[in-house]
Amino acid sequence: MSFEFKSESEPESFIRVDGVWKSFDTHPVLRGISLDVAAHSATVLIGASGSGKSTLLRCINALETVDAGSIVVDSELDVTAFNADLDAIRRRIGIVFQSYNLFPHMKVLENITLGPTRVLKRSKKESIEAAMQLLTRFGLEAKAHDYPDRLSGGQSQRVAIVRALAMEPEIMLFDEITSALDPMLVGEVLDTVRELREGGLTIVMATHEMSFAKEIADQVCFLRDGVVWESGSAEQIFEAPQRAETQSFLHRVN
Amino acid sequence: MNTPVPGADTVYIDPLRQERSRKKARRDAAIGIASLLGFVIVIVLLVGRSSGWEAVQKTFFDGDQFVESFPGLLQAFWLNVRIFLIAEPLILIVGLLVALARTVKSPIFLPVRVLATLYVDIFRGVPTILIIFLLGFGMPALQLPGVPSDAIFWGTAALVLSYGAYVAEVFRAGIGSVHPSQTMAARSLGLSSFQTNRFVVLPQAVRNVTPPLLNDFISLQKDTALVAVLGPIEILRRAQIDTSSNFNYTPYVGAALIFIALTIPMTRFADWIQVRSARKRQAGGVS
Repeated sequence: MSFEFKSESEPESFIRVDGVWKSFDTHPVLRGISLDVAAHSATVLIGASGSGKSTLLRCINALETVDAGSIVVDSELDVTAFNADLDAIRRRIGIVFQSYNLFPHMKVLENITLGPTRVLKRSKKESIEAAMQLLTRFGLEAKAHDYPDRLSGGQSQRVAIVRALAMEPEIMLFDEITSALDPMLVGEVLDTVRELREGGLTIVMATHEMSFAKEIADQVCFLRDGVVWESGSAEQIFEAPQRAETQSFLHRVN
Repeated sequence: MNTPVPGADTVYIDPLRQERSRKKARRDAAIGIASLLGFVIVIVLLVGRSSGWEAVQKTFFDGDQFVESFPGLLQAFWLNVRIFLIAEPLILIVGLLVALARTVKSPIFLPVRVLATLYVDIFRGVPTILIIFLLGFGMPALQLPGVPSDAIFWGTAALVLSYGAYVAEVFRAGIGSVHPSQTMAARSLGLSSFQTNRFVVLPQAVRNVTPPLLNDFISLQKDTALVAVLGPIEILRRAQIDTSSNFNYTPYVGAALIFIALTIPMTRFADWIQVRSARKRQAGGVS
């Protein structure tokens, strides 16, 4: 009873990033960054290139190991533990990259069913059915049997999103997923993200699409020099940023 | 008064331009053929008029000798083909295993990695013919129980070890040619490092190195003749025997023709694969 009360009135942070450091060789990228993400919310990371957005996302699903600090998901899954269960982490956290990274030697359907059949050990039939359902939901069913080189950039990125969704994650990380796209194709990909947001997925997204960030974000974090320089609601950050660096960054990108 | 818009698949070429480019193509073809003919005539004249041509013709291009030796050569060549067919799959297996052994990072496999590296260093550094000599004469001489003393066996084994080292390096280059972002994507889906190799990296690596691999196969087809040094009567040995019994070199020419008849189709096939994969990669774009 008390547990229910607690979880509903003051939701614990679903992803807690606590004092994370990460450097590549002698180059520090994350410098003690801390961040809380609530369940079923969308957090948007903004900031200049090199501010640590991508690295932070990669640390969250353990594609990079951290040098110090911790990242805990759902107050039980320590992503940064030495003996972290990578399977469990990646089942619960999906990621989509700027450069799609579809597997060029597999058809769209095979790209999507690879994880479910090999990692979740689902039957081929079941995986294909689920994949077709997802493809249909995002208007891609006609592409199921094409190779990735037959897709436009926008279609490729939507397939990459479907591929991550097929693992039924609770958290999706989007790493500048529209940066490599033709401006005309950005909309279709953002529509997809919007739909996922409405479906209640927890989203952490690095992006340069400020108007989209404004629309979708429950929380906006401005990253600079490997820390969260300023964070708040979309309104606070975009309408009334408090710190001079945030103001000048927003001024430059707008 | 709208201008008619052509359909998306309409191809239109100005007839005048088309006629002009056709003419140019015809003229280019004519020039090419004339140039080739001229070249052949010059060569024939140069060779035919040389003082030694008559003697060479008699010892290398004797029709009777050719007809007489050819069936025997063809029969002996069957041994080369068998050596090739047995060696080739074994080479692929050895090459792939060694390449993979060199990429494992786990510290417990350090001995495996060291062995694989040593193997490649040694067998790539020693001439194939020397390996054939060493194995072919050395291993039977040990008289170990259960170890065959057959020359063909050891000749084939030497080819497998020598080519295996080369092919291992080709595979390793292929594995290196697959962009790390592919591995990252596979790992992010939860695939283990073995699964990532098996389903994502290796299929692409093999595709990328198919042209150089075919090149090595062509080379192997020819190098089956090196087994001759151990004594089995394959095509080169057969030609050698025919030559020395008749004091005529025509069987060598016959043997060369038989090799060419096998390698040229293979070479064309390799070219075709190369062009196809280049086109595919071009169409691939960002991936």
